[in-house]
Amino acid sequence: MPARDSISTAIRNRRATGQPALIAYITAGFPKKEGFIQQLNAVGAVADVVEVGVPFTDPMADGTTIQRSSRAALEQGVSLRWILQELTRAEVKPQAPLLLMSYLNPLLAYGIGKLPEDAARAGIAGFIVPDLPFEESHELRNALDARGLALVQFVTPVTPTERMQMLTAGSGGFIYAVTMTGTTGKNVAVPEEVLQYFERVKKISPVPVCAGFGIRSREQVQRLAPFIDGAIVGSALVEVLERGEDPAKFLRSLRE
Amino acid sequence: MKYSLSKSEQQTLIANVQQDAYPDERGRFGPFGGRYVPETLVPALNRLQVGVDKYLHDPEFLREFHDELHNWVGRATPLTFARTLSEKWGAEVWLKREDLAHTGAHKINNSIGQVLLAKKLGAKRVIAETGAGQHGVASAAACARLGMPCTVYMGSVDMERQAPNVGRMKLLGATVVPVTSGDKTLRAAVDEALRDWVSDPNGTYYCLGSAIGPHPYPYIVRELQSVIGREARVQILERTGKLPDLVVACVGGGSNAIGMFHPFVKDKDVQMLGLEAGGIGAGLGQNAASIAYGTPGVLQGCFSLLLQDENGQIQETHSVSAGLDYPGVGPEHALLASIERVKYEAVNDDDALAALAECCAAEGILPAIESSHALAGAKRYALANPGKRILIALSGRGDKDMPTLQRTLLKDVL
Repeated sequence: MPARDSISTAIRNRRATGQPALIAYITAGFPKKEGFIQQLNAVGAVADVVEVGVPFTDPMADGTTIQRSSRAALEQGVSLRWILQELTRAEVKPQAPLLLMSYLNPLLAYGIGKLPEDAARAGIAGFIVPDLPFEESHELRNALDARGLALVQFVTPVTPTERMQMLTAGSGGFIYAVTMTGTTGKNVAVPEEVLQYFERVKKISPVPVCAGFGIRSREQVQRLAPFIDGAIVGSALVEVLERGEDPAKFLRSLRE
Repeated sequence: MKYSLSKSEQQTLIANVQQDAYPDERGRFGPFGGRYVPETLVPALNRLQVGVDKYLHDPEFLREFHDELHNWVGRATPLTFARTLSEKWGAEVWLKREDLAHTGAHKINNSIGQVLLAKKLGAKRVIAETGAGQHGVASAAACARLGMPCTVYMGSVDMERQAPNVGRMKLLGATVVPVTSGDKTLRAAVDEALRDWVSDPNGTYYCLGSAIGPHPYPYIVRELQSVIGREARVQILERTGKLPDLVVACVGGGSNAIGMFHPFVKDKDVQMLGLEAGGIGAGLGQNAASIAYGTPGVLQGCFSLLLQDENGQIQETHSVSAGLDYPGVGPEHALLASIERVKYEAVNDDDALAALAECCAAEGILPAIESSHALAGAKRYALANPGKRILIALSGRGDKDMPTLQRTLLKDVL
């Protein structure tokens, strides 16, 4: 099985138990560089898929929490090279599939040529690149494809239906359905029209539908549950880590 | 510049530039440009593209635009023969006086055009970023003129060094939002404006101030700013009967420069020189010269030349001029540099300030520190190449720079 299929399989397996899958985001090396692998395992023990965030100086799709965690990680010298080395070296890694979440420029600087090979060796199953729209993604997508890695696409509440068809058909692993227009981290109420939007995505998408941006509570997850295959938790989890609390306990609280 | 093209690639690009083929339908200037934005903004950029195709060259739009340029901005701006500088430098020096445009710089050409476009597109509010404050003031003024609410994002570092412009924006009715994230200068302001736009892509129009960002912005800004070069070309032909040997402009993101250069690109005998902010040296973090010292990468929506480290992290920049203090450059400049149609060099802080003082004393004109980079570069060229006819884009006036000038040129005088 190519690595990319492990992502959709993990999500579908959880969904089959009647619960949406949990996809957890952490900024690599935040709050402390030393604890990266340990923290990854703690999160991966509960989450069904883990997104490992590559810090970037200009995270334009992210709100203040992830701006802060990215900056803190960069100040400690976290880089894509370091992340892949740590993952390759780690003796114990989560069972949950791993995705790299990175803005495009750190990937370009690393080199699109050697990235898929090195990422696969580090146990990465796919990529999420928030500033790479589908039309600009051919080079990276083809490179990842050749190594069996997924490139996840986004849809948003303002995506026209025709475009939604193209994006869901072109997405690997799952489709990242943004709950709202805006940046990550704001608390989202889940009004009726948001549910209708997810219903629309669900109907169109051949891959699992995962909701992200502003997911913070069990109530939100429950309200979205009938319409989604997975929920993505980012800023809220980073804030838990920032406060020095137990990430596994927080993730379990979203599920119970 | 660290971007290599094969001879045949270069020949193709040169031929395309001669035929005015850029941007292409994918928003590319050769290898540069494109559209690297979050998915939320793609429909908004598609709508903007439709609007650009419909209005930007529509006779009725152009009539309104040129009416505002003439009767409100005060165009055409004069072309001044710089008698004393000509004598001192051993050249024939002509200044295109964008400092005399309403609000004090070329930025107004773009702002009034884009706010007009925003109205046509049915936007409910306009947002803008600003570095030196000139684009913020221009956008605030254009919004007041056309009855649009305006919010301006400005780095907290820039608010301090360009304090007079903050007050002007507020008087003109704009809301000024201090940006304390990132490097607290122009680049952080662009990030924050993009975050605002992502939150309301349908009702908000983002009035980008430089020839940077995702397609179609570099194109829109070039088209609106080309009035500078078109006027200057006609004016210098009228006054001298000849084209200039050299056209000079300062380059941050590169809006005044592309506006000046574009109408001369096909004039094969006209050389062009862009001056970047050399700051205090060639090291990372010491300057803002993306073409001189940068490498290719993607920042804030487009593929161009950037000041970045080996991990693709964007570097903080330094320049005495807030308006040039940006770690990237417009994609069309990256193209013109890669085919060597325009030569780009860096001018350091001290030389720019010295050129400012010289222009004040010689011509009775206080140029912006940004524009003074162009003056310094022109002088360097003139001294090495005697007897040339040089056309300089004097992109703005220096009144806004008084706080910086008090701390530098004037610190021993007063």
